[in-house]
Amino acid sequence: MMSTLLRYCSIYAALWRNSLMREMIFRANFLLWIVVDVLWFGLQLCFISVLYLHTESIGTWTKWQVVLLIAASNFIQQIFHGIFLLNLTNLSDLVRTGKLDFLLVQPVNPRFIVSLRQIDLGAFVNALIALVVMIYAGIQLGIRPGLTDVVLFLVLCAIGILIHYSLMLLLASVSFWTVKAQGIVWGYYNLFNIARMPDEAFRGLFKALFTLAIPMLLVSNVPARVLTDKLASPALVWLLVAMGAGCVACSEIGWRASLKRYTSASS
Amino acid sequence: MFGIGIQNNLAYRVNFLARSLFGLIPVLAMIYLWRTIFEGQGNATIAGYTLGQMISYYLIVQIVDALTAVNEDDWQIASDIKDGMISQFLLKPVDYLWYRLSLFLAGRVTYIAVAGLPLALFIYWLRDHLEAPESAARFGLFLLALGMTALLQFLISYAMAMLAFWVLEVSTFIFILYALEYLASGHLFPLDILPPGLQQVLELTPFPYQLYFPISIYLGRVGESELWRGLLIQFVWVVIAYAVARFMWRLGIRRYEAVGG
Repeated sequence: MMSTLLRYCSIYAALWRNSLMREMIFRANFLLWIVVDVLWFGLQLCFISVLYLHTESIGTWTKWQVVLLIAASNFIQQIFHGIFLLNLTNLSDLVRTGKLDFLLVQPVNPRFIVSLRQIDLGAFVNALIALVVMIYAGIQLGIRPGLTDVVLFLVLCAIGILIHYSLMLLLASVSFWTVKAQGIVWGYYNLFNIARMPDEAFRGLFKALFTLAIPMLLVSNVPARVLTDKLASPALVWLLVAMGAGCVACSEIGWRASLKRYTSASS
Repeated sequence: MFGIGIQNNLAYRVNFLARSLFGLIPVLAMIYLWRTIFEGQGNATIAGYTLGQMISYYLIVQIVDALTAVNEDDWQIASDIKDGMISQFLLKPVDYLWYRLSLFLAGRVTYIAVAGLPLALFIYWLRDHLEAPESAARFGLFLLALGMTALLQFLISYAMAMLAFWVLEVSTFIFILYALEYLASGHLFPLDILPPGLQQVLELTPFPYQLYFPISIYLGRVGESELWRGLLIQFVWVVIAYAVARFMWRLGIRRYEAVGG
């Protein structure tokens, strides 16, 4: 057990080294992509500042609380990008070109190698920027989170990343059935949009759908609530944990079904 | 050429459908967000908008976007240049810009054919909030501005894609332009809720004429004299964008022939 874990750790370290070398070859491009993401992040902050020119609060969310929410959402999203996104968007290419065969014969878990092959290092720089904005918003709000709050926040972020990963893997698996799946993968960006909006802006079916089916309104809102002391009861935390477990289970079932289809179709 | 464009695009109808369906989720979220803000405020209007007008704004953004936004055109032009596909246009008596323009228009027609139904249903569902234009004449001018918006969208993307003659990877530049357009053309919010100083700065750029301007005509947010002035400025921007697109192409071809031999 321990030795398997160690083996996977050393494989992952090698993947990191490869990605780092690749990025350093196209350094200018690496920096430009960081600029692109910073611009989009700035754009969301602009939008919020414009909204708060005309209102004091959205539900009970004040301006700096929403800034913290957007930054937390960006933090989660960027780490998800850094570790998983490239690999998942490439999955349809792997299926189409048959390169997936090559990965499947390697002596490692297929899900591991398909999900973690390539690392997007620029995203970690952007995660750091999001973290700085989060701290700045925290200072504006005058909050001093204790160690338990910070640990809880990080654990919830990790669950959020797992939820994004599971849902995206499910979506990307659609490419096992239809080759032209880019539109579906692209659609996921629209779901990210909701994750950074304050949950109190929504009601009814919309809120139920994006809380209990596709938990986009939980992934960033719950961690942000923990930091800003907006958590009325721990129920929301447990809901996020439960939804996380549900998403992980669904994606594992979906992944196995897709892989089965792939191996039986090609042999 | 228009026919070929339609055929090519129909192959991507699943993509178009997914794109339009997923694309409606953030719009709906935006409408909910404004509804909550209006309720929290207790005022009937915010920056001169009633809730109905605000919702109308976002609905018309969707319509204008479906009719005029470039979809894959800029990526395709850039890859045509990189892969050397444009060589044949140097020999054929077909002008590349007109060729791309007809493909762009064909792309819009197929997009509407596929995405029109979900969009129409969405708008029908929210029909109580959609305001009608003041008069038929206004609506006519809205259509005129809409046509120029489409041209401007296309020409700016075309000029941008010409960068592929010089740089290996144009996607970052295209994304930077997208980000600017997204904010400054009024995608996220109507531009007249901004502080006046910022609005004046934006009016010096072509961005508002890529989306916001036709919508402000539709919603009656511009007066009679401003309207004509705006149409004139929009026309000037179309001419400038056309000139820049042509100029970039000529420079690019010179470089292309020098390198390619």
